Amino acid sequence: MTSDNEKPAIEVRGLAKRFDDVQAVAGIDFEVREGELFGFLGPNGAGKTTTVRMLTGVLEPTDGTASVQGHDIRTEALLSRAHMGIVPEQANVYLDLSLWQNLMLMAELHGVPRRQRVREGERLLKTLGLADRRRDKARTLSKGLRQRLMLCTALVTGPQVLFLDEPTSGLDVASARLIRQTVQELRDDGLTVFLTTHNMDEAEEMCSRVAIINQGRVVAIDTPERLRSAMRSSQYLEVAFDGDEVDLAAFERLAGVLRLTRAGKCVRLYGEHPGALATEVVRLAETTGVGITHLCTRKPSLEDVFLYFTGDHAQELEQ
Amino acid sequence: MTAYTELAQTWQRQAQGALVIVKKNAMLYYLKPPVLIFGVLFPVFFFLAFKMGRPIPAESVVPGMVAMALWFTASAVGPLVTPWERRAKTYERLIATPVSLKAILAGDVLSGLIFGVCLSVVPILLGLALTDAFIVGPMKLAGGIVLGALSFATLGVLLAAPPASSPSNIMLLSNLVRLPLLFVSGIFLPIADMPPWARWVAPLSPLSYAGDMIRGGFGQAGYFPAWLGPVALLVFSVVLFLGAQAFHRRWRAKGL
Repeated sequence: MTSDNEKPAIEVRGLAKRFDDVQAVAGIDFEVREGELFGFLGPNGAGKTTTVRMLTGVLEPTDGTASVQGHDIRTEALLSRAHMGIVPEQANVYLDLSLWQNLMLMAELHGVPRRQRVREGERLLKTLGLADRRRDKARTLSKGLRQRLMLCTALVTGPQVLFLDEPTSGLDVASARLIRQTVQELRDDGLTVFLTTHNMDEAEEMCSRVAIINQGRVVAIDTPERLRSAMRSSQYLEVAFDGDEVDLAAFERLAGVLRLTRAGKCVRLYGEHPGALATEVVRLAETTGVGITHLCTRKPSLEDVFLYFTGDHAQELEQ
Repeated sequence: MTAYTELAQTWQRQAQGALVIVKKNAMLYYLKPPVLIFGVLFPVFFFLAFKMGRPIPAESVVPGMVAMALWFTASAVGPLVTPWERRAKTYERLIATPVSLKAILAGDVLSGLIFGVCLSVVPILLGLALTDAFIVGPMKLAGGIVLGALSFATLGVLLAAPPASSPSNIMLLSNLVRLPLLFVSGIFLPIADMPPWARWVAPLSPLSYAGDMIRGGFGQAGYFPAWLGPVALLVFSVVLFLGAQAFHRRWRAKGL
């Protein structure tokens, strides 16, 4: 939560959307602080894009509301949209316009003064490696370059909040890296970024906080580090033994072991305190004369957290 | 800042937004094949089919030719823009800008109006140069062209509202509406000479009023009272625009 004197850049309250019989988003609440890079994660059909479309004014919410930079998306839709830069999931640039015309068109629609839009347009094309192609038709660009242009058109409007819906999905490595790098620099400059992604590494690397949405509900929201730490039962000790004939049952019976799984030549012993478990494992190995070739403790990845909240455990959590 | 000043600024911003939409449409859609086929070639072939081999003085068909060209050109842009943008996946980005849906649609209407008015100059000049037709009421002619183009362009924008998967479906729908109206609007046959049922239907078409005003501009007898044409075309424009706004709002998120 934000403190009293710190106004959130995005504030969502009971936001819901129903399509006929399908409840796509079921009354979600969260806040995004100013200058934060906020990740919005969820499996396909969880309600990510619907949420983004409601926040950006493309869809009317069925219930609840939200504000962007203090402007209600329902009652002050135009003002709230004036503060946004948007890179939608499937949207495209105008293929029959040149890169420069695309940029200027979007800036003009946002009412950016001529001198400012020309200056910013030139700077952005240079930053995103498109300066040499400014006169080319957007049709001639590859998918990666089009996505860079989309980012340029979103930024040329001088937004305070940037919505990125799967910005690096299906891109070549160079374009994906450049986009990630640019977004991180923007975050460092104080821009608020709302990022939806399937890419857990991307979310972990970039986001200061993430929310996980499943079946239209926000099921977890915190920093990636805290979410990982909170899943104590998913922390484990990874061990590789010397030789194949090891009595694994004895190790599974050790105090503090919640479960044991195999991962290739390694064995994983899950427990809330993998450090203490390591001592017990070494002691038992010495007693039984079993050699250890590899031993390390591991915390769950953000992907583990994501799967925990959106996989089989999701129903348990709901109950 | 007073509420009045704020309102004036909002209107100014939205008007600027509508003009940017006009610029975008002119750059992207005026030369698209469907606009040229349904907006330019259609009226030419209709005219030739109507005129060739018939003992009608050439100057008497000039007003009808102008009205028909205006009907097809002004209403050709609207049905193309939204479906094309939906298919090209640019529509979502457009409606997420701080330009209201009303201003976007106003820009689309203005695009059709400008396209129609500009292209209607061609049959007028040809008519004046190649026939004995002459203009006796320039204001009436200009009023008929501008107000006619406004209502026809608005009809085009209304027809673009259904969330079709392909622009050709909308062009088909628009022709389903435009062609029957063409035949009951007194373009090929004066309304007074049409069968009674057609005389009842004619007032339901904006083309009837625009055609009547254009005919008056060329010195031919009108069917409706002089005041009715501009009023009817303005009412058509307002009602069609409100309809367009309602349907575009309702279907704007479909098929994104």
